[in-house]
Amino acid sequence: MPIQYYITLSIVLFCIGIVGVLTRRNAIIIFMCIELMLNAVNLLLVAFSKMHNAVAVGSNANPTAGVDGQLFVFFIMVVAAAEVSVGLSIIVMMYRNTHSVDVNFLNRLKN
Amino acid sequence: MNQFSNLVYLVPLFPLIGFLINGLGRNSLSKSLISLIGCGVILASFAVSVGIFFEARHFGNTPVIVNLFDFIKVPGFNIPFAFHVDQLSSLFLLIITGVGFLIHVYSTAYMHEEATQHYGRYFSYLNLFVFSMLLLVLGANYLIMFIGWEGVGLCSYLLIGYWFKNNNYNYAARKAFIMNRIGDVGFLLGIFWILSKTGGTLTYTEVFAQASTFSTFDVTAITMLLFIGAMGKSAQIPLYTWLPDAMAGPTPVSALIHAATMVTAGIYMIVRSNVLYTMAPATQIVVAIIGLATAFFAATIATKQNDIKKVLAYSTVSQLGYMFLGLGVGAYTGAVFHVMTHAFFKALLFLGAGSVIHAMQNQQDIRYMGGLKKHMPVTHITFLLACLAISGIPPFSGFFSKDEILAAAYEHNIILWVIGVITAGLTAFYMFRLYAMTFLGAFRGTHEQEHHLHESPSAMTIPLIVLAILSVVGGFAGIPEVFASNAHGLEHFLSPVIARNPESHQLDHGTEYMLMGISVALALIAIVYAWSRFSKKPEIEEAEGAGKLLANKWYVDELYDTVISKPLLASGNVLKNVVEKSGIDGIVNGVGRGIQYAGRQIRLMQSGQVGNYILLMVLSMVLMILLVFYGNNLTPIFNMFK
Repeated sequence: MPIQYYITLSIVLFCIGIVGVLTRRNAIIIFMCIELMLNAVNLLLVAFSKMHNAVAVGSNANPTAGVDGQLFVFFIMVVAAAEVSVGLSIIVMMYRNTHSVDVNFLNRLKN
Repeated sequence: MNQFSNLVYLVPLFPLIGFLINGLGRNSLSKSLISLIGCGVILASFAVSVGIFFEARHFGNTPVIVNLFDFIKVPGFNIPFAFHVDQLSSLFLLIITGVGFLIHVYSTAYMHEEATQHYGRYFSYLNLFVFSMLLLVLGANYLIMFIGWEGVGLCSYLLIGYWFKNNNYNYAARKAFIMNRIGDVGFLLGIFWILSKTGGTLTYTEVFAQASTFSTFDVTAITMLLFIGAMGKSAQIPLYTWLPDAMAGPTPVSALIHAATMVTAGIYMIVRSNVLYTMAPATQIVVAIIGLATAFFAATIATKQNDIKKVLAYSTVSQLGYMFLGLGVGAYTGAVFHVMTHAFFKALLFLGAGSVIHAMQNQQDIRYMGGLKKHMPVTHITFLLACLAISGIPPFSGFFSKDEILAAAYEHNIILWVIGVITAGLTAFYMFRLYAMTFLGAFRGTHEQEHHLHESPSAMTIPLIVLAILSVVGGFAGIPEVFASNAHGLEHFLSPVIARNPESHQLDHGTEYMLMGISVALALIAIVYAWSRFSKKPEIEEAEGAGKLLANKWYVDELYDTVISKPLLASGNVLKNVVEKSGIDGIVNGVGRGIQYAGRQIRLMQSGQVGNYILLMVLSMVLMILLVFYGNNLTPIFNMFK
């Protein structure tokens, strides 16, 4: 499959994520949208990695070329998992305090 | 061999110690202790100076240079802190410490009514003054001289403004300081010029040794700049107006400024640089003309002044003019000789005037004096002797020194001599006008003052008597060739320092007798006229016509005020009110106000809505990405919106 499909898909996913973050007020949905953006990037990384690998193998060079992109994805997943745990706990604390997960309530830091 | 000359550093050290003790201890020391220290240190300096003076006879052509330490030392430029002892500086040491000591002694009585604290301040300034002057005279290079030069300027400022509660006195002090600073700039530029020509040395011996390699233009410029310095310090046209105003200080200070220190600095500097001046005939002409003009101009002013100290002040300016005339016509010895005799009789005149003012309870106007002869015999006799000396009546000291300068002027140009002799006549006239109005006739003051009249205490009269003796016999140090051959002791003494002018030819005796005869006759006529006129009918009414012009000092102060001070003040006000207030302040305040305004508007963006923040963040990220990718070529982006 041409690389353009992957790029298009990840751009679409990323934009959905951005729009979701910007428009939704529910903290959980914003959170999910952030995950969506992260994974859009992951998808792109894997796609480029495979493309480089295919080019390298085709010219009989290093068969493991481009693997570092896929390794990056694992790092991002680990970081994302950690982020999810922190973020979810923030949302839980927020719900306990405000009985709501609406981010527009979180403007107490104003002024 | 040179045991005193090697101790020369003690001469300025003693007054410095006196200054420190009196200055720091003015609150705790008693008056008698302060006087003891103040006079004692000068006496000690005087003792060392006498030793040096008698050694200096045998120096010959080689001065003794005492190196104390390296003052400024960088590659290619070395200024040692060194003292230069030769015949000239030893003579000046004697004048400064000797006359200075007498003035210190006199001050102990004159200033007795001051509060102890101010008494200590006064004596510490006085010691600092003497210290600065000694530094000026002793320095072995122009930089050390300049330190002393600035020191006397500072001390004159402090002492003229000694009674600092009176604003007019403060203005007088400020005027003296500013006038001196103008001259100092010239002096400093001259020093720089010398430095650039000699390649890193200012030491006299080295500068004079290299002088023959300078171009005529350089020598003329250097000597002119140095002369500007001398104009300021020695009160010559156009920078003389500070000296009469310097009368604001206590009278002994005036005596110190006019006789022993300060105003003789310019003469000393030019005599010290006589090698350079002899090489620059153009400067010599300027010096002679300015000197003569000052002498005449000041003498005319002095004839109409009514303040006893003002008359003396203008007579100092006039006599300094004579000295510069002497310098200008190459009679360096004559100028130094006149410095010496002038130090004696002018110190005597000022101290005598102080004695009169003391007795008159601070009345300085001679219109309200008169008839003091019988109340103050010692002051009267000594004052009369000083007047005779300054008028140039033989055999008093002024006759010999003035005659030497006039004879040199005659050799040079007869016009110089004619104006010089007329000035001598004027001198005799105004001095005896002063004398007659003060001491002769009937008393014109109040009854209370008359009751209070008394002779001054011995601490004041003894210096007067000593100075009177010196004024009478001081002239015998330089008896001209015409009376006795080889009797000019001073010229003989100074000959190693002063380059003999090869062109100078002795006048034949007949001419010289004639010159003396004319000037003495003129002086005698003036004396007799002034004596007979002012002892009977003192000049009390306000002057009119030409006299008013003289009484108002040719309106020179007013002229300076309109031509220099007022425009300066006006431009200063313009700068202050327009440029500073609306220009510079406007910019500064405008920037501040603009930032405040911008801050108020931008603050609204901080709404607290997380959504807004994120939106802005995303937008700016998009902008950044666009800039990164298309920053060098924005046309595709513009095309997108078309």
